[in-house]
Amino acid sequence: MTDTQSVKIKVRNLSKVFGSNPKKGLELRDQGLKRPEIFEKTGLTLGLSKIDFDVHEGELLVIMGLSGSGKSTLIRCLNRLIEPTEGEIVIDGEDIPQLSDKELLECRRRHFSMVFQNFALFPHRTVQQNAEYGLEIRGVAKEERAEKARNSLKQVGLDGWEDALPNQLSGGMQQRVGLARALANDSTVLLMDEAFSALDPLIRKDMQQELLELQHRMKKTTVFITHDLDEALNIGDRIILLKDGEIVQIGTPEQILTQPADEYVERFIEGVDMSRILTARNAMRPVRATAREDDGPRTVLRKMSENGLDSIYVTSRERKLLGLVEVDAADQATKEGKQDISSVWHQDFACVGPDEPLHNLFAMFSEKSFPIAVVDEDKRLLGVVVKGAVLAELAESGDN
Amino acid sequence: MEFPRIPLGQWIEGGLDFLTSEYSVVTRAISRVTQTGIEALNDSLMWLPEWVLMALIALLSWKVAGTRLAIGAAAGLALIWNLELWDPMIESLTLVVIATLVAVSIALPVGIAAALSERLYRTLMPVLDFMQTMPAFVYLIPAIPFFGIGSVSAIFATVIFSMPPAIRFTTLGIRQVPTELIEAADAFGSTRKQKLLKVQLPLSLPTVMAGINQTIMLALSMVVIAAMIGADGLGNEVWRAIQRLRPGDGFEAGIAVVILAMILDRLTQALRK
Ligand SMILES: Nc1ncnc2c1ncn2[C@@H]1O[C@H](COP(=O)(O)OP(=O)(O)O)[C@@H](O)[C@H]1O
Ligand SMILES: [Mg+2]
Repeated sequence: MTDTQSVKIKVRNLSKVFGSNPKKGLELRDQGLKRPEIFEKTGLTLGLSKIDFDVHEGELLVIMGLSGSGKSTLIRCLNRLIEPTEGEIVIDGEDIPQLSDKELLECRRRHFSMVFQNFALFPHRTVQQNAEYGLEIRGVAKEERAEKARNSLKQVGLDGWEDALPNQLSGGMQQRVGLARALANDSTVLLMDEAFSALDPLIRKDMQQELLELQHRMKKTTVFITHDLDEALNIGDRIILLKDGEIVQIGTPEQILTQPADEYVERFIEGVDMSRILTARNAMRPVRATAREDDGPRTVLRKMSENGLDSIYVTSRERKLLGLVEVDAADQATKEGKQDISSVWHQDFACVGPDEPLHNLFAMFSEKSFPIAVVDEDKRLLGVVVKGAVLAELAESGDN
Repeated sequence: MEFPRIPLGQWIEGGLDFLTSEYSVVTRAISRVTQTGIEALNDSLMWLPEWVLMALIALLSWKVAGTRLAIGAAAGLALIWNLELWDPMIESLTLVVIATLVAVSIALPVGIAAALSERLYRTLMPVLDFMQTMPAFVYLIPAIPFFGIGSVSAIFATVIFSMPPAIRFTTLGIRQVPTELIEAADAFGSTRKQKLLKVQLPLSLPTVMAGINQTIMLALSMVVIAAMIGADGLGNEVWRAIQRLRPGDGFEAGIAVVILAMILDRLTQALRK
């Protein structure tokens, strides 16, 4: 995402030392000692060291690293389930480490909801009661919270399961409840700690897909933890790579893959089969029909109705893409007795090269969901990508 | 040179003397209240015709545990009645119920507090070990100077002896709640009270009930022993049988204790589920 985007959470110089007398750990760190040496000398664990990053409004930020790299510690410092040893975490102007107990409670209720690796559903509460939990403790009236919880259960595809108990559901469904519980709360930030890591690979792909859709629909600022690079590449707008409690690289999935910051990142991405990074080419379909620049509005209308389209791309004789005509505009032009369509096509659609990564396409679909045009360097129309095809292709890639 | 014997017993007696003289107002008040409670419960249980109480207990058993316990309970109680041990049985039951109520109402808050405070936990656990491993009838001795011979002393000793499991299991139950659930409750911004009422207590309930079950069993065994300091009930029947060397009477009373214990045990175990 772009730098101009507004910052939701600003994290600066965040460090965490586990053990009694954590300041000692920071001193040793400042003397240049690393995690294992500090542990050997003092028994203190340097969980996180000098972490700097921003979470942008509306993005899905992935924090990735091997087990023990400090991911859970980092995400728990954000809402102070773990007390940071030093550093700033600023959300909407509030510095979280400075908050009093009461302010912290308020901050957690307003800003954060969390999804856990092993679901952490309350086993004595029904699905509906689980989803209501966040609202209930905030004192939201009974009807209102029931309504909101039902809505969020519907969003994750669990309508009809309200009265079930969590242990009656499969793992995938349990985590949907976890997600619904988080969404119902309507907090500004969603924290997900290895939320899909406990699920079967197939279910996991489905959940990633659904999270992507939800996220694009709701533009919910999300911090997502994973140890799985494929998952990170699939869903992340940006990825932060963590190693031994330090950040080694921050970047888009493409940047991580194409410009690995150091050997560690390189080794991390070695396992990724580059051919499996899906692009627009994978999901592209041939164009069913195009209009020619000298077609009259009546011809264009007929082409659309014959092919069941409600919009059509206009190309020049060399198949260069000129614009898009919508059925209403063509209809209007016919009624006004116009002889050509040059005045009714527009450029208000997304246009990508064939190598554009598939997950970038999501954000490009406009409200009217025009197919995305795929063009070569000379702007010749190669094909189109419709929304469903992106999902289908991504889902399929999970199967092998 | 010989090392002198430590006068531990004298010290304890001195302490007890001090307590009984200084706090006699308190102990007498407690004594009066407890005595009234015992008599009230005892009288109302006695006032019910035997078959009504039998039917009520059978009905309760059927509700919480099913037909088998209902039949067993009815048959057992009928046997007690037939052996003419009904009144002593009621007296024992009264003592058990009151001692358990007192023990549980102290144990729950203490157990919760110990679960939430590491420091209290560390000081409390050795005390509980002490309370539980001290031979049961040692408690009977200090009870007498405090509350005199009789049922109140029996309740006092019984409460002390039977309380530890209820405290222990309450603490255990709350500490056993998975950290992830505590984290979830915290992450959504629960206050300590909300966390306790909505997550920790409901999830520890089966464990707490197991503790209460043990408390009841210990209370029953203590109430029988308390016959030595003049408590009424089935223990008294056994005691008399010993003094008169009548093993038959003693076994009859003993069987009545077993029946009562089994009914109470199965009932409270069924309540856990
Ligand atoms: N409560 C704790 N006390 C001591 N060390 C801890 C504690 N929690 C985590 N750690 C240590 O901090 C490091 C990072 O842990 P964690 O954040 O859980 O890693 P990840 O989630 O990436 O697997 C690990 O070395 C772990 O052992
Ligand atoms: Mg973790």
